[in-house]
Parts: sequence; C-alpha cells; structure tokens
Amino acid sequence: MQDAAVATSTSERAGVRLSENLRVIGRNLFPFLVVAVIWEIIARLEVFSRRLFPTLEEIFSSLYRLTVAGILPMHAFETVLRLLSGFAIAAVIGVTIGVLMARSRRAEDIFLPLVSILAPIPGLAYAPLFLLWFGLGNFPAVLLVGFVSMFPIIFNSWTGVKAVKEIWVRSAQAMGADDKRLFRYVILPGALPYILTGMRLGLAQAWRVLVAVEMLAAVPWGLGWLIFGAREMLNTDVMMAGILLIAVIGLLLEKLVFEKIERYTVVRWGMITA
Amino acid sequence: MPLIEVKDVSLAYDTPAGRVQGVLGATFNMEESEFLCLVGPSGCGKSTLLNIIAGFLTPTGGEILIGGKKVSGHGMDRGVVFQDFAQLFPWRTALGNVAFGLEMKGIGKEEREEIALQQLKLVKLEKFANSYPHHLSGGMQQRVAIARALAYNPAVLLMDEPFAALDAMTRDDMQRLLADVWKTTGKTIIYVTHNVAEAVYLADRVIVMTPHPGTVKAEIPITLPRPRDPLSVEFLDHQKQLLNYLGQGTSKAA
Ligand SMILES: Nc1ncnc2c1ncn2[C@@H]1O[C@H](COP(=O)(O)OP(=O)(O)OP(=O)(O)O)[C@@H](O)[C@H]1O
Ligand SMILES: [Mg+2]
Repeated sequence: MQDAAVATSTSERAGVRLSENLRVIGRNLFPFLVVAVIWEIIARLEVFSRRLFPTLEEIFSSLYRLTVAGILPMHAFETVLRLLSGFAIAAVIGVTIGVLMARSRRAEDIFLPLVSILAPIPGLAYAPLFLLWFGLGNFPAVLLVGFVSMFPIIFNSWTGVKAVKEIWVRSAQAMGADDKRLFRYVILPGALPYILTGMRLGLAQAWRVLVAVEMLAAVPWGLGWLIFGAREMLNTDVMMAGILLIAVIGLLLEKLVFEKIERYTVVRWGMITA
Repeated sequence: MPLIEVKDVSLAYDTPAGRVQGVLGATFNMEESEFLCLVGPSGCGKSTLLNIIAGFLTPTGGEILIGGKKVSGHGMDRGVVFQDFAQLFPWRTALGNVAFGLEMKGIGKEEREEIALQQLKLVKLEKFANSYPHHLSGGMQQRVAIARALAYNPAVLLMDEPFAALDAMTRDDMQRLLADVWKTTGKTIIYVTHNVAEAVYLADRVIVMTPHPGTVKAEIPITLPRPRDPLSVEFLDHQKQLLNYLGQGTSKAA
C-alpha cells in the first residue's frame, strides 16, 4: 500500500520533471522557429534568387546528402582536429605564461605589455603574416589558432592566480607545503574557475579565426574551406549546411566538455554557482 | 624552560602613508600545554603578534624562541586557525582538508585518512567527512579548520578569533568543544580574542594588550576549576577585572 503510494509519487515527480524539461526546450527553440518561418517566407517569395537563398528543405537535404556521402563529416573532422591542436597549444602555453606572470614580477613586467598590445588585434589580421612565414597548409592554420586563442587564456590564468586567497596559501604553508606542492594543490585548483573561463573564451576565439584561415591557408578539407568553396559555386545550401554544423559542434563542445568539467570541479566545490 | 619565549617583539608595517607600528615590544613566556589568551582592543596588534609567532611575518625587533630555537618562517611545529571561514580549501572534502598536513608530511593515503577521521571525530564531524566546505555551516567549517590544524600534530596551536564571526549560541558550543579538545590533546594553545568572557572561559592565563601600538599591559592567571561556569561569581569577577584592564570597566567596578 505504502509502496504503491511512493511509486505513484515518484512517477508523478518524473512526469513533472519531464514536462518541465519539455517547456525549457520549447522556450529555447521558439526563437529559432520564428527565424525559420521568416527565412522560409523570404525564400518562397524569392526576394533573392532561389540559388542565393535556398529553402529550408533544400538546406536540410544538402545537409543530409553531404553527411551520408561522408563529405561533411570529413570536413568537420579536419576542422575539429585543427581546432583542438591549436587550442591544446594555446592552453598549455597560455596557462604557463599566465601563471608565470602572476607568480613573478619579472615575468609580469616582460609579458604584460606585450600581451596587452597583441591581444586586442583581431586574429585574422595576423593571418597573412603567418602564411608568409610558414607557407600554406595545416601548420600556419594551427599555429595561428593557437596564437590567437592564447590571449584570453593568459589573461584569465593571470587574474585567477592573483585571485587565489592569501589565507589558502598561508594555511597550506603552515601545513608544510613547499612551493611545488603549493602550486599543484592550492594555486592551480584555486585559480581553476578563472582558468576555465579563459579556456572557454579561447575556444571561441579559436573557432572564429580557424574558419576564416582555412580558406586563406588553402587547406584541402575543413568547414571553413567548404563554406568559402561553396560560395564560388553559388552553392548557398552547402554554405548553410556548413554554418549549421559549426554552430552544432560549438554547442556540443560547450555543453559536453566545458559544462561537464565545470560541473565536476568548480561547481561541485561551490567556487561558482551553476 | 618555557616552551615559547616572546622577547621584546616589535613590528612596523611599511605603508604608503608611512610606517605603522603593529606591535611594540611584546614580551611573555609560555609553558607547554598552557592555554593562553591574547586580549586587547581592536587594532592593538593581536593578529600581527600571532602572525609573527606563526612565522608569516618577520619581526623588525626582538625574537621568538620555541623550544629554545629561534623562529624564522612558518613550520610544522605550529598549527594555525584563522578567523576567516574561507581558510578551508573548497576543492577538498572535510576529510581531504584535514588530511592535507599529513599528506605534506608524506604519510600514506590510508593512514592519513584514518588519522583525519579521528580528528573529525574529535570535533564531532565524522558524519561530514565527505562533504565539501560549501555544504557546511560556518561553525562546522571552523571545526574542520581546528581538526585540520591538529591533525599533523603540531606542538603549538595558534588561533586568531576563530569563533568571532559565529552567532552567540554557536560560539558557546564551540568554546565548550575547544575546551574539551584542549583537555584531550593537551596542546599548547595561543588564542586571540577581544571577547573577555571567552578569555575567562578558556584560558589558564590571559595576556592583556594596550591599545595601539600594542604591547603587553598585564598577565592575569585564571585558576578557576574547569569546566567553568560563566554565571558564577568568581567568573564574573575575573571578567570585571579584565574589563578594567582594558579600560572598559563600569565606573562602579572601577
Ligand atoms: N597589512 C598591514 N599593513 C599595514 N598596517 C597594518 C597591516 N595589518 C595591520 N596593520 C596595522 O597594525 C595594527 C595592528 O593590527 P592587527 O591586525 O594586528 O590588530 P588586531 O589587534 O588583530 O585587531 P582586530 O581585533 O581588529 O583584529 C593596526 O593599527 C593596523 O592598522
Ligand atoms: Mg585581528
């Protein structure tokens, strides 16, 4: 009897949670629905030529066709590979420089002026330079992505380490932590909320510059290349498919990688609220 | 020979506005297993003195000897509990926090967690061993901090107003708990407070400091039997006496 009552209330609660989730999804989808309807109207009215402004049906059928043919996944794979290689370089070097700047006056004096001047320059402005120095292809593309996405990581690591509470440092020192372990067990986790924010911003930077540089560096595969290549052929539906895929991958990285890491660390520790 | 000798210790802070005296010529001795309270008005230099003893600040005059050896820098012979709840590491559970000092000492995982759990039992928090600090109340966090400072078994425990930010009722509980912990462990404790009743409840001896720039004004032994009754006449007499030294006594008492 009692068991039955409990079972009902759990399934009821699950039902409530489900409808709650559906409502959230609905709320998030609504603006996209509006844009899609407007898009479709413009396309059907042929304000632009059908070639330049395809209907949703054409876009999604291209998306489907290219995916099944394995072309889109191949482009996406190449792009993500470049993105992650560049980003990995940026993360390692960025965190190192940021931490150095925060820990050593000398390093701060050297790097801060440089970083302050180089950071605000749009990433793409560096592209010609990198292409001249390192030729065409993957190498300059990855390097540029790494270089550009390094700056937000540097700034945030620097701030994060400076924001580590003196009282944590003193507590750890009183308990016998030497410099190395102080760094590993106190400074790094203490600065983690900022470091993660820096990486998030860095990844966004990386995306922006990568898609453009893929065209300039004349790499044979990649979503950026796909989009710019499609322009030559007036394949607007292919362009749109590429753009959609970029959005989806970006969203997945954000939701599946960063939010997971945050939930497992700084949110669980109460250092930031979810 | 006393365990701790504080000899004519002074410290001046360099600030943009000029030199500010933190403490001025403080001198006192301390025996092993003694519970010493440091009281004085706000800004007189209690925290400064405690931080010098902890080794976080270097005195500009005088010296401190512990067990006959001159203090220079922090060391594992002293455990520190601060006033700020935020002293715990948010990324470690209560148990992980308490085990930190043992980990730094190189003690293996199993052994240090066992010791840490014992320490948590001492402050009645064994049930919360796996909770992160942000899920604990202020009083619980301060108890974890005490367990953490005791866990690696330092000879001296230095406490800077650890309960000042708690509500009065919780503070009473904490004081009782600390008195128990002290009785069980026999630690040498220096405890900073500006709460006179707290000092009379806890201390074997109270060091009263003058207003800024602080120095030692008086040393008052408190020999009341323990556990002490804060409502007894003798207790209130001691309290009055301390307040007089601090210049806060009522005109009737003066
Ligand atoms: N970091 C600092 N820089 C400059 N002056 C300081 C610093 N810390 C403390 N002082 C000065 O030294 C004096 C003693 O300060 P201290 O913090 O030791 O006082 P306290 O007795 O602990 O006071 P409270 O009871 O309010 O905590 C004060 O006059 C204060 O202005
Ligand atoms: Mg103080």
